[in-house]
Amino acid sequence: MAFTTRTLSEYDSKRRLAASGIPVAEERLCAGPEEARSAAVEIGFPVAVKLCGDAIAHKTERGLVRLGLRDETAVHTAAAELLAAARPEDGSVSLLVARMVSGKRELIAGCATDPTFGRCVMLGIGGIFAEILADVVFRLVPVTRIDALEMLDELAHRDWLGPFRGEPAVDRERLADVIVGLSVLAEQDARVRSIDVNPLIVHEGRPVAVDALIELEVA
Amino acid sequence: MTAPVDVERFRALFEPKGIIVAGASSHPGKFGFVAAHNILAHGYAGDVFLTNREGGTILDRQTYRSIDDVPAGAAELVFVCTPPATLPEMLRACAAKGVKAAFVSSAGFGEAGEDGLRAERALAALCDELGILLAGPNGQGIISTPVGLCAQIIAPYPPAGRIAVASQSGGFVQAFLNYARSTGVGVSRAVSAGNSASTTVADYLEYFAVDPATDVSLIYVEGLTDGRVFFEKARAAAALKPIVVLKGGVTAGGQRAAASHTGALASDDKVFDGMCRQAGLSRARTVEEAFEVAASFAVHPQPRGPRVFVLTTAGGWGVVTADRISQSRDLELPPLPDDLRAAFDAKLPPRWSRNNPADLAGSETRDTVIECLELAVAHPDVDAVVLLGVGIQSNLGDLERRGPFYPGHGLERIVDYHERQDTRYATAAVELSRTYGKPVLVASELADAQPTNSGIVKLKELGSFAYASSHQAATALEHLYRYRRYRERRGLA
Repeated sequence: MAFTTRTLSEYDSKRRLAASGIPVAEERLCAGPEEARSAAVEIGFPVAVKLCGDAIAHKTERGLVRLGLRDETAVHTAAAELLAAARPEDGSVSLLVARMVSGKRELIAGCATDPTFGRCVMLGIGGIFAEILADVVFRLVPVTRIDALEMLDELAHRDWLGPFRGEPAVDRERLADVIVGLSVLAEQDARVRSIDVNPLIVHEGRPVAVDALIELEVA
Repeated sequence: MTAPVDVERFRALFEPKGIIVAGASSHPGKFGFVAAHNILAHGYAGDVFLTNREGGTILDRQTYRSIDDVPAGAAELVFVCTPPATLPEMLRACAAKGVKAAFVSSAGFGEAGEDGLRAERALAALCDELGILLAGPNGQGIISTPVGLCAQIIAPYPPAGRIAVASQSGGFVQAFLNYARSTGVGVSRAVSAGNSASTTVADYLEYFAVDPATDVSLIYVEGLTDGRVFFEKARAAAALKPIVVLKGGVTAGGQRAAASHTGALASDDKVFDGMCRQAGLSRARTVEEAFEVAASFAVHPQPRGPRVFVLTTAGGWGVVTADRISQSRDLELPPLPDDLRAAFDAKLPPRWSRNNPADLAGSETRDTVIECLELAVAHPDVDAVVLLGVGIQSNLGDLERRGPFYPGHGLERIVDYHERQDTRYATAAVELSRTYGKPVLVASELADAQPTNSGIVKLKELGSFAYASSHQAATALEHLYRYRRYRERRGLA
């Protein structure tokens, strides 16, 4: 199953998710620091500012994500620094200004291509312990709503979806929307090899995609 | 979508009008002898034709030097023990005689390198051309108890029953048949799929799903060449009948998209697990569990809900069983309904546990266990019952019978009574289950420790069986309930 792939930018990835009914954090694509500053004012503080481009896959590792910026000056400064950090191989880049989504729980969701069964959708416990817990559940594309709801109950830590430290229980139907949405996205575009929605933050019981990366097969 | 299953060709494999054993041997150490012996030794009523190029007799039966000498239209199945090079000519001759299915036990195909793989592909293409269903090659045989067919080069021949087995490993066919023999929960069909050159485990599942002799399928798989086809066929089959899956060997990771976090978390096993859930397959974790769950599907009705009632005369077993069910992700141990408590109160002295688990605490008289069991099974808030303590009285009876004071001192009479009681408990468990359409699972270590115990024996006589521990009974109930729920949620039940 050899194939070459390319990735979509975070912004384009999230537009694709949103078009499939998956809630994404409110955000604006901006060309420069000044535009970023006014976008932040419109969205409301605090915000996150990230460098965005088709060829940028590992933003956090490269320090291309600035979180929790609380005023216009901070946004302007961060935007200028991020643009300066861009490398020639990043190609055309822009700035992504996004609302900070707060929530104590992070999920991870996505789509992967299994060598035996082909494309499948995944849901798991996210956050810093995601790899250690490896609490993930799969279904093959296409995934029905019934399958999606059953996935929630198959998480080893399914109680984690209940009420948690003052936060309401995760809205099961909305979480099922995310799973079904990923399946629909994969079904509608045969080029989709993988989708990463990480983190999928639970904000007031509702899952919101905060970062995303879609990988497409190149013909 | 896949083509509808060709039932007629599978019928020729599992219920052939007559059989040719190609390459029968007079040497008892050879597979060609073992296959002939096993077919002739288990009551298969159709004609059996043994071919051997030297001629002569094998097992007192005149052999044929060539397929050409076999009467036309007399055999539908050929069981092949000859080397790969002989197959093309021989299969053409078989087809000319009206053979519709071939079980190829011969090795030296795909498992034996590149040349073997080429020979295997050619074999599959030839059978396709001849309209012959090809089972194997490199398989160990087939069992079909409705027609007394034991066409295999391994043991044992199992008791007749409702479980159909298909396995990528002949060793596991053998293991499951041995479990069938030890539990008494029998088998309808079994097939060692061998290299699955053209007929795969998924194809057998399709047939089992529409086979009137089968209630549940039990399969062992390792590698799947086309996971999607397996998924589609298995899901369609599971919509009709339960399927228990044992998976061996987690395959190599294969290519992962490096940019993807999701890909890194995707172990094959978790994808396989999700596929099973999505297709409605009951995936077992161990060999023993696989057989026991299949046997449970064959013997018990599926619970309509998750609520389990535990009835015990065996103290600690009740507590441990309650723990196990309470920790289950699928089952529930609800508190005892008030009206059931009141009904028990009317039959028992006050020292019984008065909750679920209901521990009768030695307060039972001749009929109370059975009466309480019926109250529980009949209760609308009870979906399944686990009955503990069957066999205790006979176990004591056995000790007394072996002691130096037997049969005097009233021992003969009490030992008889003990044994009769356990027989009655076992009978009640089976009959009440059938009357009310709810599973009643008996668990006792005596299933292993004292298989001659009258309670254990009676269960077997009635076509049921005892679980060696309540943990196993709970595991079986989980599988039964999950399957029922799967079908209900999808409008299949």
